[in-house]
Formats: sequence, structure tokens, C-alpha cells
Amino acid sequence: MATVHVPRSLAALIPGMPRTIEVAAGDVRSLVLALDRAHPGLLDRLCEPGPRIRPFINLFVDGTRADLDTPVEPSSVIHVVPAVAGG
Amino acid sequence: MARTVILVGTRKGAFLVDPDGGSTAIQGPFCETMPIQHLTHDPATDTLYAASGSPWYGPTVWRSSDRGATWAQSSLGMGYGPDEPPVTRVWNITPAHGALYAGVEPAGLFRSDDGGLSWTHVAGLREHPSRPEWQPGAGGLMLHTIVPHATDPERMWVAISAVGTFHTRDGGRTWVAQNRGIRSIDGPPDALPETGYCVHKLAYHPDRPEVLFQQNHVGVYRSDDGGDSWVEIGGPLPSTFGFPMVVHPHEPSTAYAIPLNGDQLGRYMPDARMAVWRTTDAGSSWQQLTSGLPEHAWVGVLREAMAADRADPAGIWFGTSTGQLYGSRDSGDTWSLVADLLPGIESVETAVLA
Repeated sequence: MATVHVPRSLAALIPGMPRTIEVAAGDVRSLVLALDRAHPGLLDRLCEPGPRIRPFINLFVDGTRADLDTPVEPSSVIHVVPAVAGG
Repeated sequence: MARTVILVGTRKGAFLVDPDGGSTAIQGPFCETMPIQHLTHDPATDTLYAASGSPWYGPTVWRSSDRGATWAQSSLGMGYGPDEPPVTRVWNITPAHGALYAGVEPAGLFRSDDGGLSWTHVAGLREHPSRPEWQPGAGGLMLHTIVPHATDPERMWVAISAVGTFHTRDGGRTWVAQNRGIRSIDGPPDALPETGYCVHKLAYHPDRPEVLFQQNHVGVYRSDDGGDSWVEIGGPLPSTFGFPMVVHPHEPSTAYAIPLNGDQLGRYMPDARMAVWRTTDAGSSWQQLTSGLPEHAWVGVLREAMAADRADPAGIWFGTSTGQLYGSRDSGDTWSLVADLLPGIESVETAVLA
């Protein structure tokens, strides 16, 4: 099971969603869809229709910036990182 | 005991302001401090709704059925499809006839029949033949105003910047552009394009659904035929430019506007004199209302940031883009500061909560 770490700002949008989640998935796309099944509404926060990862959202798989086709291993650690911006 | 609460959407979250609440007057910020373009209340279901768009997490509609104690959000279904631009922000949320409507950016209309859990595109509007010509205003290409007909669920007006007003008589399947008589924002004076009009806000009284008021980028207008044609009524006002437009809840010929000093000079109230302007004769004459409002106020008021309550006499409330909330309990005769030091105010609505 891959381990996904989500930021506080994202967890706060989905009632009951923890900051750290274990997910079985072969790539980022299936990981995001699995997360959405477990925590409905998460897909729309991470992705635009398509799906495409939102412009100010970054996903890192084992420390490397990922896209939806990036493979995920059972030992992978995924970080969801919103861009630092705003005022 | 029923009480009037002022619903305030700001650049950083939603607030509930009880004008009689003393030290507990302000509750919030709600909605995880997301930008709130519009916060409203559906009295039919006693639910609060907030229209939002986060640069990071996208557009969404928040809802609370316990007076703000807990909130949930959803944008399920709120998209035009993979080959269309993504929806970035929800600008307006309006309940009507058992449904909920959302106006979004880029301009379009969505409908929810399950209280905001999921959304369906009202596709007929974006199928209007003029759509390839739609151009954004300075604030974007957004559908910011939804005016449901008071009694006919098949009829509705919407306003899009900088495109104009549209009307449907068949529940959203087909739409007619209604901009005749309005000056095009940048065309020659004799040009009469179907769209290209920078409507800022529409308002009407439910007892007179054929009479519409409009604050436009280039003037204040009234229509006496349900939007088919418009006449300019803002001659006495100090500026043609402003954003909000509100009709008195008990007097259909009484309306309110807040002129600003134009689109190039800071968008302040003229001469830095804070004022609301009121007509009691549907635009033939206007009175400047300043009692209790400050001078030396370099502030502006955005399109969604003025509202009336249904008290008698009616209360009128407005919020500035710099975080001050003002109110009048006597239909505008006298004013006072209700709350200060809020984030920049995007929207003001009222609700009577039991």
C-alpha cells in the first residue's frame, strides 16, 4: 500500500479525511480515483475535468514530481503539495 | 425569536454578522478562508450556501444546514467537458423554485436538484449563437447575477460580464440576449451588437417582474418590458459607473445604487464622500444618502456587496472592498458602521434566522 500525505488545507475540505492515507494503486491516476472513492469530492479538488492535475497542485512520488501516468509502487510515498502563492 | 443576520462573503472566508450581537456579533471565518464571492441563505431549507473559487482547489459551493456550525462543499458535475476550459470560480448561488443555481467563470450556469451535492450544466446558455463573441470584463468572463422569476420557474434572467443580459422562458433550454437600449462598452455609439455589454448587476421586485433595474459599467438602466428594452435612468447620479443594484423589498419603485468614480480613477466613491443613492420613483430622481457615512473614504463596493432585508422599515446593508460593513435600519435615511476590519467584502446578503 502506498502512503499519501495530504496538506492540512486539503484535508480540511473533506470531512473525516485524515492527513495520511494508505492506498493500493499502480499509478497516480488510479491512486487519485481510489482516494476519491474513499473520500468523495477529493478528485474535484485535485483535478480539473479530464482529469488534469490542477495548475497549482503538485504531486510528488518518492520525491519526484509526478503526473497522472507516473507509476506508484506499494512502497511509494506520495506528497500532495499546493503551490506557495497568494497574499 | 427570529433575528436578521447579515451574511458576508469576503476574500478570505464567510462571516455571519448579527447587527444586534454585541461582542459576539461576528461568527467566522467559515469555508476554510477560501475566497467567497457570494454567501446566501435558502429559507425553504434553512441552508446557507457559499460560492467559492480557490486558485489551488478550484470552484466549489459550500453548504451548511446548521447555521454555520459545520460546512461541506461539492462541485461534482461542475464542468463543461474535457475539451472546454475548466470552471475556475463560482460567482453567484441562487435558490429558486426548489432548485439551486450557480453562476460561474468562465460564464455558464449550473443547476442542482439535490441541495448542492451535485450539479448539472444548463447547457442552453453556452449554446447561444453569440457565445464565440463573448469577451471578459476586467474581472473576468463570469456569470455573476441570477434573477429567477418570482412565480414562473421556466423564466429567469442572468447577467454576464462583459456580455450582457440573457432571458429564458423555457427553463434554460433557450435564451434570448436582452441588451437593446444599452450602450456598448467600447463600440461606436450607433453600434447595436447583440452582446458586448458590461452589465454589473440586475435587480427587480417580485411584485413587478417586468420591471428590471441594471447597474452597468456605463450607466444605470431600467426596463419596463421584462428586459426587452432598456432606458438610462442614472442622469442625476455623479457617475455612470458602479456595481451593486438593489430594489427595496416593499416599494417596487425604490432602488439603490452606489456610484463610483469611474473605472480608471481608483473606483472610489466620488470625491471620497461615502454615499448610497436612492430613487423612489423608478429612476426619475435620485437622493444622495450620507447621514452617518464618513467623508474622506477612499473605498469601493463590489457588485454583490449590497442587500436589503425584509424588515419594516427595511434595512439596507453594504460592505466595502476594504472590509467595512455599513447598515441602515430606515431604508437608507441614516447609516452606521456595523463591522470593521473584515477581509475585503465580496458579498452581502441578509437572512432571517428563527
